[in-house]
Amino acid sequence: MMNEIMNQAITFALNNAVLAAVIGIIALVIILALLMGSGRIFRKLFDLMANNAVPAIFIIISAFAIPLSGYSASYLVQELLTRIGRNSFLILSLLIPIMAGMGLNFGMVLGAMAGQIGLLMICDWGVVGIPGMILACLVGTPIAVILGIFCGAVLNRAKGREMVTSYILGFFINGVYQLVVLYFMGWIIPITNPALLLSRGYGVRNAVSLLGIRGVLDNLIPSIVAGTTQGQQFLSANGSGAFFLVHIPFFDGAVRIPLATLIVIALFCAFIVWFRRTKLGQDMRAIGQSQSVADSAGIAVNRTRIIAIVISTVLACYGQIIYLQNMGTLNTYNSHDQAGMFSIAALLIGGASVSRASIANVFVGVILFHLMFIVAPVAGKNLIGDAQIGEYFRVFVSYGIIAIALVLHAWKRNREREAARRSLRGNRGGDN
Amino acid sequence: MIGRFIEKAGWPRIIIALFLLGLFIAAPFVGVRVDTSLSNTLVRFGMNGVMVLAMIPMVQAGCGLNFGLPLGIIAGLLGATLSIEWNVEILAKLVAWGSQYQITWLTQEFVDTWREPLGFASAVIIAVPIAAVLGWFYGKLLNRVKGDEMMIATYVGFSSVSFMCIAWLLLPYKHPSMVWGFAGRGLRTTISVEGYWLHVLSDALSVNIGDHLYIPTGMLIFFAVMALAVWIFMRTKTGTAITAVGSNPEFARASGVNVDKMRTISVVMSTVLGAIGIIVYEQSFGFIQLYMGPFYMALPAVASILLGGASVNKASILNVIVGTFLFQGILTMTPSVINSYLQTDMSEVIRLIVSNGMILYALTRKVRA
Amino acid sequence: MSDKNNNPLLQLEHIGKEYYGNRVLTDISFSVEPGEIIGLVGENGAGKSTLLNILFGMPVIASTGGYEGDMRVDGKAVHFTSPNQALAAGIGMVHQEFSLIPGFTATENILLNREVLNGSVMSYVFSDRVSTLDRDAMGRRASQALNTLGVNISPDMVVSEMPVGYKQFIEIAREIDRKNTRLLFLDEPTAVLTESEAEILLLALKKLARSGIAIVFISHRLNEIKELCSRIIVLRDGRLITDSFAEDLTIRQIASLMVGRESERKEEPEPEEPEERPIPEEAVEVPDVNLVLNPKPEKKKKKVKPALKVEHLWVDMPGETVRDVSFEVRKGEIFGIGGLAGHGKLGIPNGIMGLYPAGGKVRLFGRSLTLNKPRAALGRRMAFVSEDRRGVGLLLDEPLDWNITFTAMQTQGRFLMGIPFIFQMRNEYAMRKEAQKFIDALSIKCTGPSQKAGELSGGNQQKVCLAKAFVLRPDILLICEPTRGIDIGAKTLVLDTLKNYNKEHGTTIIITSSELEELRSVCDRVAIVGDGRIAGVLPASSPAEEFGMLMMGQARREEEEAEESA
Repeated sequence: MMNEIMNQAITFALNNAVLAAVIGIIALVIILALLMGSGRIFRKLFDLMANNAVPAIFIIISAFAIPLSGYSASYLVQELLTRIGRNSFLILSLLIPIMAGMGLNFGMVLGAMAGQIGLLMICDWGVVGIPGMILACLVGTPIAVILGIFCGAVLNRAKGREMVTSYILGFFINGVYQLVVLYFMGWIIPITNPALLLSRGYGVRNAVSLLGIRGVLDNLIPSIVAGTTQGQQFLSANGSGAFFLVHIPFFDGAVRIPLATLIVIALFCAFIVWFRRTKLGQDMRAIGQSQSVADSAGIAVNRTRIIAIVISTVLACYGQIIYLQNMGTLNTYNSHDQAGMFSIAALLIGGASVSRASIANVFVGVILFHLMFIVAPVAGKNLIGDAQIGEYFRVFVSYGIIAIALVLHAWKRNREREAARRSLRGNRGGDN
Repeated sequence: MIGRFIEKAGWPRIIIALFLLGLFIAAPFVGVRVDTSLSNTLVRFGMNGVMVLAMIPMVQAGCGLNFGLPLGIIAGLLGATLSIEWNVEILAKLVAWGSQYQITWLTQEFVDTWREPLGFASAVIIAVPIAAVLGWFYGKLLNRVKGDEMMIATYVGFSSVSFMCIAWLLLPYKHPSMVWGFAGRGLRTTISVEGYWLHVLSDALSVNIGDHLYIPTGMLIFFAVMALAVWIFMRTKTGTAITAVGSNPEFARASGVNVDKMRTISVVMSTVLGAIGIIVYEQSFGFIQLYMGPFYMALPAVASILLGGASVNKASILNVIVGTFLFQGILTMTPSVINSYLQTDMSEVIRLIVSNGMILYALTRKVRA
Repeated sequence: MSDKNNNPLLQLEHIGKEYYGNRVLTDISFSVEPGEIIGLVGENGAGKSTLLNILFGMPVIASTGGYEGDMRVDGKAVHFTSPNQALAAGIGMVHQEFSLIPGFTATENILLNREVLNGSVMSYVFSDRVSTLDRDAMGRRASQALNTLGVNISPDMVVSEMPVGYKQFIEIAREIDRKNTRLLFLDEPTAVLTESEAEILLLALKKLARSGIAIVFISHRLNEIKELCSRIIVLRDGRLITDSFAEDLTIRQIASLMVGRESERKEEPEPEEPEERPIPEEAVEVPDVNLVLNPKPEKKKKKVKPALKVEHLWVDMPGETVRDVSFEVRKGEIFGIGGLAGHGKLGIPNGIMGLYPAGGKVRLFGRSLTLNKPRAALGRRMAFVSEDRRGVGLLLDEPLDWNITFTAMQTQGRFLMGIPFIFQMRNEYAMRKEAQKFIDALSIKCTGPSQKAGELSGGNQQKVCLAKAFVLRPDILLICEPTRGIDIGAKTLVLDTLKNYNKEHGTTIIITSSELEELRSVCDRVAIVGDGRIAGVLPASSPAEEFGMLMMGQARREEEEAEESA
């Protein structure tokens, strides 16, 4: 009896807390807007918030929403691990253009499209397993390189508005992609596998099954973390020997680890760390801070910017292939669309900004963002009785976060410009 | 002479115009009636014209292309849904006023006769102040982020649309023709305006020539009136100041113009026009599209005005008319003509490539710093 | 190569340059020997920056038609088309504005794009750019360069956190780290340094010169030039006026050579044949500099009430800070404000007009003026012609009639039709008519009032700016740099227009200009601004030398020294 009352009380408190958190977020957005008009009292507070607010808010939301969702720890851990494996690579591909001062590369969808074309080709050729993935990468790479060079060249013509241009470029190339996939494939580009094609004889179907490569990387090194009993159960159910099995005494549940994928991601992180230390990385950092100074020091600015975009595009191509091998189906005309938005939102939620992003931001972001993604619909359903609300809420958060990050960046930049102006004046000492 | 014309009109426009002309010429050969196509083009022109017009003030004030048009559209949607929600009350109130203030012509009979136009008017009247308030905040925001307006506008549009998705579910709408039947609350994704103000503008004074040529005169006149209003506004003292701000903010400031205020006015104008524009669109289309409906609505409008020859910082009424006609013409003709020829629907792909290619072209054009 | 020691390190022969028919450099010849320190002095606009642009092969030179004459390094003719070629030839340059990456450390900046790399397999397969940086070696090289300069800066310090003076040393360290640097150009390196920092810098430069590096030192601080340099070259109006040993010149002589001598002050804009190198005797003697802000004797003579009275004005204009300025302008007077660039002369009119944050008191015909509001200033019938013609002065994308009438429309409600405050549209007919009137009156070369302002030449654009000001029917007209960037013919026309306008309408005019000669030929009195303060106000008829001394801050320095010793 007591327990029941307690439970109800806690549920009620949680319900209201989540409601409060939801209202809090909305209020925050409004306050941010209002702060725009107010004076410098808020500026310090604002700076503090600007730097850490986003991850903090997400931790708070999750803290309330997780219990509310009623998911078990092992379920959440499993889901998160899957999603880290699935999404990190895509998000990591955003880091290099940020380093080169080109902002969030909305053009990463170009790479995603290249990856998808690679996947379509191997599906047609019937190459499966790890060789299939590698072949998809090989097919996708030259396409990604070409698209990357094109994107970089276009962005060099639109300096100062790289983001909006790369964003529109994504749409534009999407049109070209659809033209190719929907009309050319099976007509100009030979596709022999009828399972891929629409009934009219050309154009690729809306959904393509990637069964041949589904999970091949994730399960390449089968491994599992489990409590003692669950581990035994798992082994007896799935046969023995093939699994790396780690027992954690008091852990209640079993979690599959996509070990090979995580290793690939780790290697990629190592690549980024190494890249930062190269001459090319140093040049990109220099360009990111001042194109004119870098240029006068003899660094080939435009060329380096194109290289940054090409690397990002190629990596996004691989990222999309990894993502889709986990998903197992390719939504020919939609998969790439969301890749960009969700990756960018996750990176920003991890505390990155338009001009500064680290590997840590990627992982914090992917965890927090997807935690919200997993729990929001259920929490919304438990809260208001409508899963749709949670669904919309996470979409709103994704866009809202990007909007706020962009606003903060622009505002901060304008203020820094102002500050630079002041320091210029300070040269001769200031009075009054 | 021809050279100068080409230079003035710009290659992209000429290519698109020739393409469109080619489609019209090819139409009869693939069994598509030219007059039907023309009617469709005119209807779509009237539907979208006002939203394209909404681009002018912000472009002229130097705030760039209004990718945040969905904000205005949301105000329009609120106006449209509320006008239906309160339709009965509003009309009753009007009759009550008529008797209270002795307005002889404002009788039950009058209200009954003019029920639909009054409904439309009420939608506009509700939408405009909402748009003005939203636009004011939006303008203040854009003043803080000079130089990054377009990207931020895009995401302000997106986040406001997704925010409203939650709101549409939660707002206490009651009208049975709008909410989900089974839950009794939460607005439907599409709401028919039939019986309220379907085609009030389109069918007003409309002309049918033969069976196939239909001219939505009322809607075109409405567009013309709005265009004239914008034209006049841009010629007032304030409008002149706005243009100067867009042309050179420093010059305007040195001439005693309050730059931020002018920018805010332009954003409010743009948002209000967006709100009116979507209501015009809906009365012709027949449905109010909620939720993700307004999501990508800014792109066609942006593409249209650019297609008409506007740049990121200069736009005129002529750009709007030419651009909307060309863009909507392509949208109408490609499905009918190309589809009949190729037996496939390429219109979506062509729309994507043309509209975004146009925006890309405008963004990468060298502009004076 | 074998007879390297017979040839000078750098030799310039008859260098000349024209920008759009506007001659900026004429027949410059001099040479630089290894280990020499040469002082290059001249007023703003004397041609120093053009000379540097030519030397460093800046693209702006090639795109405007190249230059005349020959340049030789080690006796071999060279023709640089990019700064990198100059660097490769061993000529380094330290810029006036910092070209440092703010978020990088001293080391990273000193070795920018010359990083020490670890060799790796990758670098053979791809390029050197994929090699990692050898940070230890980089740090060692940076400290070595900084030690050569004799300054104590941590190589790991981030530039954005450095005091301004340090940044200058980082720039110099970057140049001397280049193994092949043999000739170093320094453009006003001490302008941002404190006295003690400047001293360290001068010592460091002497040390460098002893190691065989030649230095060309550009500065307005003549005492530094005198102390540091072995040879001094004076440029004026694009010509080489003097090239002689430092010990043969006094500071006063240098100052007078820079601004020109009395005998040249004829109404002859075309410069005559250049002077002989030896310094004329009479230039040496200098009367006491009049430091009184508003010379009282004159004020008594003409008892006119001041049109504009400025008291303790400060203006926060980037690069042109005004600290504490007080002066009076009489009604109907043409008042000049001169001084070197960056000392705040432009800040004064910009501040009065409310374009930059300002404080202090400004009285207009006895009534105080609200600062920081362009509208207020315009409302009090002041008109302003900006020094930044293309940036502030014009709507380049709009037709001339807009440019000319816009300010009057917005501030005085003219050229409108309709009902005031309720509905007013612009009256394009009236606008065009007014514009046409000024196009005729000022003979602006254009196709008509609907031509875009951006399509006109510099001189005609300036006339449009004047027309814009005249349309306002101002009581006081503030004009900045009326002749900047326009050709000689147009210069005379613009100045004559101003003089006539002053005569006909009795309008008080305040002209701010870097060209002292121009001020002296047009104005009644000229104030010289130095370091954000008024260094002195002189009648235009005072000898050029006095102006020169005021400009070089010499008077000020002497005064300070006197104060210190007292």
